[in-house]
Amino acid sequence: MPYLLKRVINSVLLLLITVSFVFFACRMIGDPALNMLGPGANDIALENLRRAAGLNDPLWLQWVRYMGGLLQGDFGVSYRYGFSVIPEADLKDIGVPVVDLVAERLPATFLLAGVAMAIAVPLGLGMGVIAAAYPRHLADRLVTVLSLAGVSIVQFWLGLMLIVLFAVQLGLLPTGGYGEPAHVVLPALTLAARPIGRIAQVVRSAMLDELAKPYVVTARAKGVAEWRVILLHALRNAAIPIITMIGDELSALLTGAILVEKIFAWPGIGLLIIDSLSRSDLPIIQVSIAVVATLVIIVNLLVDFAYRIIDPQIQLGRKA
Amino acid sequence: MNKPLVNVEGLRVEFPSKRGAIAGVRDVSFTIEPGEIVCIVGESGSGKSVSAYTLMQLTKFSGGWVADGRLTLECGDGNEIDLRAADEARMRTIRGNEIGMIFQEPMTALNPSYTIGWQLAESLQQHRDMSREEAAGRSVELLKQVRIPEPGRRLKQFPHELSGGMRQRIVIAMALACEPRLLIADEPTTALDVTVQAEILALIRKLRDETGAAVLLITHDMAVVAQMADRVVVMHDGLVAEAGPVEQVLTDPQDPYTQALLAAVPKLGDMAGKTLPEPMETVGTTDCHIDKPLQPGSRALLDVKHLTKRFPIRGGWLSRTVANAHAVEDVTFHLLENETLSLVGESGSGKSVTGLCILRLERPDSGEITFDGQDLLAHSDEEMRLARRDMQMIFQDPYGSLNPHMSLLEQVIEPLRNFKLEAGSALEDRAAELFDRVRLPRTFLRRHPSELSGGQRQRVAIARALAPNPKLIIADEAVSALDVSIQAEVLNLMMELQAEMGISYLFIGHDMAVVERVSHRVAVMYLGRIVETATREQVFANPQHEYTKTLLAAVPTLDLAHRAERCELATKPPPSPIHPAGYVPEPVHFEKVAEGHFVLRSGAGPADERKDGP
Repeated sequence: MPYLLKRVINSVLLLLITVSFVFFACRMIGDPALNMLGPGANDIALENLRRAAGLNDPLWLQWVRYMGGLLQGDFGVSYRYGFSVIPEADLKDIGVPVVDLVAERLPATFLLAGVAMAIAVPLGLGMGVIAAAYPRHLADRLVTVLSLAGVSIVQFWLGLMLIVLFAVQLGLLPTGGYGEPAHVVLPALTLAARPIGRIAQVVRSAMLDELAKPYVVTARAKGVAEWRVILLHALRNAAIPIITMIGDELSALLTGAILVEKIFAWPGIGLLIIDSLSRSDLPIIQVSIAVVATLVIIVNLLVDFAYRIIDPQIQLGRKA
Repeated sequence: MNKPLVNVEGLRVEFPSKRGAIAGVRDVSFTIEPGEIVCIVGESGSGKSVSAYTLMQLTKFSGGWVADGRLTLECGDGNEIDLRAADEARMRTIRGNEIGMIFQEPMTALNPSYTIGWQLAESLQQHRDMSREEAAGRSVELLKQVRIPEPGRRLKQFPHELSGGMRQRIVIAMALACEPRLLIADEPTTALDVTVQAEILALIRKLRDETGAAVLLITHDMAVVAQMADRVVVMHDGLVAEAGPVEQVLTDPQDPYTQALLAAVPKLGDMAGKTLPEPMETVGTTDCHIDKPLQPGSRALLDVKHLTKRFPIRGGWLSRTVANAHAVEDVTFHLLENETLSLVGESGSGKSVTGLCILRLERPDSGEITFDGQDLLAHSDEEMRLARRDMQMIFQDPYGSLNPHMSLLEQVIEPLRNFKLEAGSALEDRAAELFDRVRLPRTFLRRHPSELSGGQRQRVAIARALAPNPKLIIADEAVSALDVSIQAEVLNLMMELQAEMGISYLFIGHDMAVVERVSHRVAVMYLGRIVETATREQVFANPQHEYTKTLLAAVPTLDLAHRAERCELATKPPPSPIHPAGYVPEPVHFEKVAEGHFVLRSGAGPADERKDGP
């Protein structure tokens, strides 16, 4: 399938551009050595760090070295972690490889995003379908209000309220942390509020559009049961905007869970990026952003392939 | 069998509106005997569709309810059911089973996401409890019954892979799946080309004979009624205006509305022996005043030579052009001052693209267009913009071609502003004058398009086109979306304006009877080429090209004597105008049959078998 190949190649190019952009951006926010060691650092320490990390070389050479390393699977080492001795020796022997630091965080990020989506998708779909099946009825109004609330609620406020209610008052769930199944419930619920609302809104409007189309009348005139009309005929055709929205929300969960991770002390990749930014730990920033970008690109790629499966007209490759 | 299959008495259907319930159908009674074709005919808003949809209780999905009346259906098992009282579960055993339905738009009546086989099997599994294999077997049978070639392969295809005519046959097959005793067909051919329409109508009649199902055909087209109906119900404004056997209603209409409706239908052959176009006779409204004959001038206003427009189809790695859709291929014609030239042809023949190319709204690939002495293709964009002052366009859809957020005044004076023809209060005076011209009350100037009917909107579109005093108006299917009585008025208005202002029309249309009414000369287009061009008389009295003959033969007429099945069911897909990138079309060669009468003797034609088509 040449289309698949084409999209993958495009995605890889996009990834290279993103990674390079992050690389240059990181070097424009000031002297990395000074940022990291702090204003009181002496010149020898600074110089040592610069030499060890190759910061004295021209920017293009640093970039070539960095990209070369990436291609060989070498993601560099953190300046911070394990870097306390005078770095006369080669940094690479002492520093903690970035790849390990990031890999350690990924499962937590996946778990949180996965559980949040597992809550949001069925709920959002169900609410949207019910609203579209009974337009202007009580159920529809309820869904409209709830989904609006989900979209507009302030995340950290919702998180804190959930903690107050379920952890502090009722004592059912831990206030934060990581490791046991119970830990994931509150942060996932907090994260799911917005996708539930947005998915429900999109499902409702897409379904209302589809239910007004002539093929729905055809199906009804065939004697097809109303649940089949709604779930098989209309929902299938409404799938494209719905999947687009789910993809967008999943991307947002992978990149934007920082606030929730902070509130619930959840060791995800968002927290790692924030911490590293405050320490100007360039290798970690570069790699974590690259990883997040990769995830977003993969989600987009999957959404695109899903289109092809859903819509037979796209499947055939050319829409005149 | 003396018991009617369907009995409708005193039906009243209401819909909700902001000002309380309004009745879509007020008091309608009719019966359908087994095996009979009953046509409900009427204009938009007459309630003809509502009456039919109510039989299936489908109106309730759009909010309507039966307020009064009785609806009964004689079921296959001999029991009579009250369709008004039946609950949803009972209705599901009637829909698709006792009553099958065919719709207007074959393009949208099928679910785009499922295969033909899946959609056919759905109702079989629902009503007949068939296994998947049995349903597939029955589906193949059904596709054969509606004369679809290669039925086995079609089952795996998706709707978008089939032409409009094929899709309509699929819809018919779906309606027939469970051998219903009644087939409701809601404008089944309105969206189709005239040759395809003839096939579908012939098919419906054949299927009635084969299966014995009664047909309730809803249409706005009196000619379709004449070709199909055993009995006719004429509806007007939610009421039955007249009902009776087809011979009686068509030859001796009693109700004034029926008389007016019949008078407004342009009839093919009405103009035989006349050289110049004439206005239509309308009953009641005699607002057309043409005192001099519509004699064309002698100077050519528009001269189009070798016009070619191809749309590239891109594909492959770097989006190269892999094929071209040959929309307009080496088209040559001219238009005199004060003359009407009709470009006729079916969908995809390139007639609209030709119109757009002349205004340079589409940039032609090659050719020459000379308008009023100017070489349009040599013009800069600004020069072209100024040239468009003398060439205006009227579009098909009066709902889409007016901006819903602008008042009619603003829209009509917009061309005057654009070309800086008038300013200040003169603008409004001119708009008022134009509204008088197209017979709209001046008070309408402050209104918005949503407050007008379709015919009134089309008058606004004409007023807008007239505003800069153009020499040429390109009317692209300008009356196709209108009800016949409105169509007659708009056509008469166009002819009246021609007589008074000396406008030339390039009339793009597909309705041969309308074309016969308005044209001085006719050019027939097929697959991007002109296949025949001649005076109106020559084309209609003595068509030469195979395609012109097919087209004329397919037009349904009001003539009851010619109801024989004139039409063979085509099974071949129409040839495609899409050719691979390097394709060089055969050069055109015209034969001069008589003075001013030319026939294409090369290239496109229905007899022309294309090997390179898909």
